[in-house]
Amino acid sequence: MVRATNNRAWLLVLPALVLIIASAGLPLMAVINYAFQDVFPGDNYFWVGTTWFQELLNSSQFRWALARSLLFCLLVLAIELPLGIFIALRMPGKSRLAGFYIILMCIPLLTPWMVVGLVWKLLINVETGLLGSALAAIGLVYNLENPVVAWATIIAMDVWHWTSLIVLLCYAGLMSIPDDYYRAARIDGASKWSIFRYIQLPKLRRVLLIAILLRFMDSFMVYAEPFVVTRGGPGTATTFLSVELVQTALKQFDLGRASAMGVIYFLIMLAVSWSLFKVMMKPAD
Amino acid sequence: MRQMHKKSRQSIVPAIYVFLLMVPIYWLINMSFKTQYEIGSQVTLWPHNPTLFNYAIIFSDPSWYLAYMHAAIYVLMNVAMSITVALPAAYAFSRYRFMGSRHMFFWFLASRMTPPAVMLVPFVQVFSELQLIDTHFAVALAHCMFTVPIAVWILEGFISSVPREIDEMARVDGYSLPRFFFRILIPQIAPGIGVTAFFCFMFSWIELLLANALTTINTKPIGPIMGRAGGLVGGVHEGLLSAASVLTILPGVLMIFFVRNHIARGLSLGQVK
Repeated sequence: MVRATNNRAWLLVLPALVLIIASAGLPLMAVINYAFQDVFPGDNYFWVGTTWFQELLNSSQFRWALARSLLFCLLVLAIELPLGIFIALRMPGKSRLAGFYIILMCIPLLTPWMVVGLVWKLLINVETGLLGSALAAIGLVYNLENPVVAWATIIAMDVWHWTSLIVLLCYAGLMSIPDDYYRAARIDGASKWSIFRYIQLPKLRRVLLIAILLRFMDSFMVYAEPFVVTRGGPGTATTFLSVELVQTALKQFDLGRASAMGVIYFLIMLAVSWSLFKVMMKPAD
Repeated sequence: MRQMHKKSRQSIVPAIYVFLLMVPIYWLINMSFKTQYEIGSQVTLWPHNPTLFNYAIIFSDPSWYLAYMHAAIYVLMNVAMSITVALPAAYAFSRYRFMGSRHMFFWFLASRMTPPAVMLVPFVQVFSELQLIDTHFAVALAHCMFTVPIAVWILEGFISSVPREIDEMARVDGYSLPRFFFRILIPQIAPGIGVTAFFCFMFSWIELLLANALTTINTKPIGPIMGRAGGLVGGVHEGLLSAASVLTILPGVLMIFFVRNHIARGLSLGQVK
């Protein structure tokens, strides 16, 4: 669609821009400000240049936290995307049943982060939880002290919480494919796989990119789930970047270091999202 | 033909998936109706002595039920603020090309990329300076950071699906822009506004980290109070915490019920047409 050029349209965007600057812009500027300074008691600020960044990039603690966050992100996407697409493909067409499924699928999406942690804690409790006590009955102990179990738990929580988002997105994408496409494919004798590969997948490209974008942003900053369930442990096995950041900022009051971490965080996120956005905004073929 | 297409998609997979999703929720509801004695003594698949005791505690103690009220107030304020500013912005992005319009559309989303954890300290400082700490407005404003971009994205999709001939016809008929918005555009995209409200509601409702940091006494939302009541660790308050959790999920379920038919489209941020 051709859009008219009109710079007065700026006026329409202005209120939204002001709110975003007030809510995200100002604090972000403060973060950047802190990242280059050191604070001493009595409001004494010293310019320290890139010291914090150098220190962070040389710190194995930070690099490990970053690696864990990235790995978590990749694992979660690798599970949620195929699973979400698969379920969306198997969803019934527009019907009461589909509406019913959708309502139930939204329930995890609407559960506050903290509550997700609590729900799972109740489920895996060895003495009182459904899963924990069932495993105990067959002789297995649900042991969060085992790093593999701790990771599996947090990943399962995230899959439970967010796979529905991908299902719903893909479902919306599939619903927008006109029936004629399928009819034509049938006449050509296309296999199920080629229908998926050449009709459904291209149509899903846009929604999938949105799904990846949203899931990437949220899973990269996963915080509440490890905080509630494992507290970053055992050891530092589930100390993700965000956990590390909050500890640095609020427990050690090391604002400079925490802010530098925040800036690096933001830059990574920005770079990945920008490339995804570029791909997404290319006209679909 | 349609029949066949439908049949080929009927499958047990979504049923299994939904069933698994509901297991933790079932357990939560189950626990919320149990007495602490029953929780402590044995694992039961349904409450043998169902009790409303846990809910009674919440509804009789102002520090509990007011926490829900506070959350509801800032969430509703946030929804109202987000939609009010996002509607004209989405209209501008949908209809016009202007200086920086392409890039700004991305930068709007960029503010959703700032992890709340990063923003905790500066938020508290900025809002203290503005004397806004411990007000509903502070939380509503802070949540705008991620609800406004989402609202703009979703509404842009919906507005773009309204033919622009309607704009021109209204202009010819002498409608002013505000009048056009209220009389023509808003009724046209009413379902889109419903979905947008749902998403702002969802993202604001589930965020408790910022909400907790920006409030102290008068406007504490529910999550931190749950944390205080049981240290979020199992033990003596499991029934109560379960009941409190059920009550955090309930408002969302009501919201879904009203917008269920438009949800999938809104989820794709209006990009599916």
